[in-house]
Amino acid sequence: MAELTYPAELRYTKDHEWARKDGANVVIGISAFAQDSLGDVVYVELPEVGDTITAGDSFGVVESTKAVSELIAPLSGKVVERNDSLVDSPETVNSDPYGAGWMIKVEPSDAGAFDKLLDAAAYTQFTEEQG
Amino acid sequence: MRYFPHTESDIQEMLQKIGVQSLDQLFSTIPSNLRLDRPLAVEPALDERALMDHLEELASKQPKGAPFLGAGAYPHHVPPSVDQLLMRGELYTAYTPYQPEIAQGTLQITFEFQTFVTLLTGLEVANASMYDGASAAAEAALMAVRISREKKTKVVVSRALHPEYLDVIRTYLQEGYEVVEVGFGPDGRTDLAALEAAVDENTAGVLIGYPNFFGVVEDLAAAAKIASDKGAIAISCTAEALSFGLLQAPGALGLDIAVGEMQSFGNGLNFGGPGLGFFATREKYLRLFPGRVAGATVDRNGDRGFVLTLSTREQHIRREKATSNICTNHGLNATAATIHLSMLGKHGLRALALLNYRRARYAREQLAAHGVAPLFTGPVFNEFAVRAPADAQERIVEAGLSGGLPLRRYFPELEDGLLLCVTELHDKSRIDALVAALS
Repeated sequence: MAELTYPAELRYTKDHEWARKDGANVVIGISAFAQDSLGDVVYVELPEVGDTITAGDSFGVVESTKAVSELIAPLSGKVVERNDSLVDSPETVNSDPYGAGWMIKVEPSDAGAFDKLLDAAAYTQFTEEQG
Repeated sequence: MRYFPHTESDIQEMLQKIGVQSLDQLFSTIPSNLRLDRPLAVEPALDERALMDHLEELASKQPKGAPFLGAGAYPHHVPPSVDQLLMRGELYTAYTPYQPEIAQGTLQITFEFQTFVTLLTGLEVANASMYDGASAAAEAALMAVRISREKKTKVVVSRALHPEYLDVIRTYLQEGYEVVEVGFGPDGRTDLAALEAAVDENTAGVLIGYPNFFGVVEDLAAAAKIASDKGAIAISCTAEALSFGLLQAPGALGLDIAVGEMQSFGNGLNFGGPGLGFFATREKYLRLFPGRVAGATVDRNGDRGFVLTLSTREQHIRREKATSNICTNHGLNATAATIHLSMLGKHGLRALALLNYRRARYAREQLAAHGVAPLFTGPVFNEFAVRAPADAQERIVEAGLSGGLPLRRYFPELEDGLLLCVTELHDKSRIDALVAALS
């Protein structure tokens, strides 16, 4: 297994989601640590475009061959786009968690929420403590 | 799997191990006023021969032959070969062995049961059975809510659905959901205009009996269209699964979920239970449907094998987030149905269904010719309601027959309605005796 990486331009949560700024919006996915812990992802269930998500609440589920886990929203906002290719290719979450494996794009209700998330160094330290 | 009762020496050994003198001492923490200080008030045990005489005497008080009664549990011939195969030690257990390493036969039967359910219902996926038709109907209603991502909270149910199914649906959906009933017309079918008026944007699912409680075959395609036009899930509930031998499959009529009771295949009446629920749906809803599922796969040698699959949705893994509370099935009953269906085959199933249809039609026509008119005008399979004389039940018993359900028990407005069921177990002479008793 390749070493797990945590790109510096992203922000993270202790629930192992990542967030990336995309103009005024924020793209959300799960971290390399999360996909590695889950194992082979076989199914992803995401909210619909237009749905509202709330920080700390579940916005979907990710199912691997050994577990089903909730996806926890890093911040609150409205879903403006979702990655429908994950329906047919959920394994992308394993192979490219920060790229093609992205999950939803959100218009945050609080523009400052993003900056309050963990940076890569803090998250790396958190995963090491977890490990 | 074998089980042995404890012998007296087993019990003594266990008591000694934990340092207790007697069973009384073991139970000493139970307050004495809660303990029975005398033997249970039961008659002394009979020896085997005397017991069999006693049981035969009790049985002789029953009217002979199958009752003219369906209403959710249908009298059908269970070939002795079903019971013979069911008695095999590998199959005859309350718990189904699921470990793929030791239970390939059991898992293959489960997989074949699912295959039969998909063939009968015309849908793509089926689970390994539910408790009974009523709980399957309630689970289907909950699944419709899940498909709406819990955004829709209303379920519309035909009043011509089995009233006890409706009770169970109400029980399952009592917190946070709305169950709306829609009436039926003089044909005994669900009032489609009323259905159309009741189904709205907040309706998660629509449940229709097929055939319904009155034995009437609904216009399922029209009901399904009303549901899907409003984005609701169309659900059919079939208490008499033998009807699939003649009727169009729900999947071909636009239904999203087909549930019901499969007791008719390989399972006797058993005093009303246990039943055998079935549950089928479209593949796109695979992850939202309840219960166990057996899947086909290949082992490391590339040989075909069977395993339980999609278990990640279930309670023992997802706990309170599980798809459904049901985490088990009626494996033995499903096995009996699978054996019976595999012996019937495609042509046998159709022949048996036709026999039921023709005998019921003969009974219905003879009754009508003798002044006992049908209660409804809609098409029926092997069950139908008539306008019966007030003393109908007494007359049936006096003629040495049994059955017939007075509909006023569930539908006060159907005061003189009597629901009758005629299957392959009712030959012409018995039908003629019923007609003579009622006319």
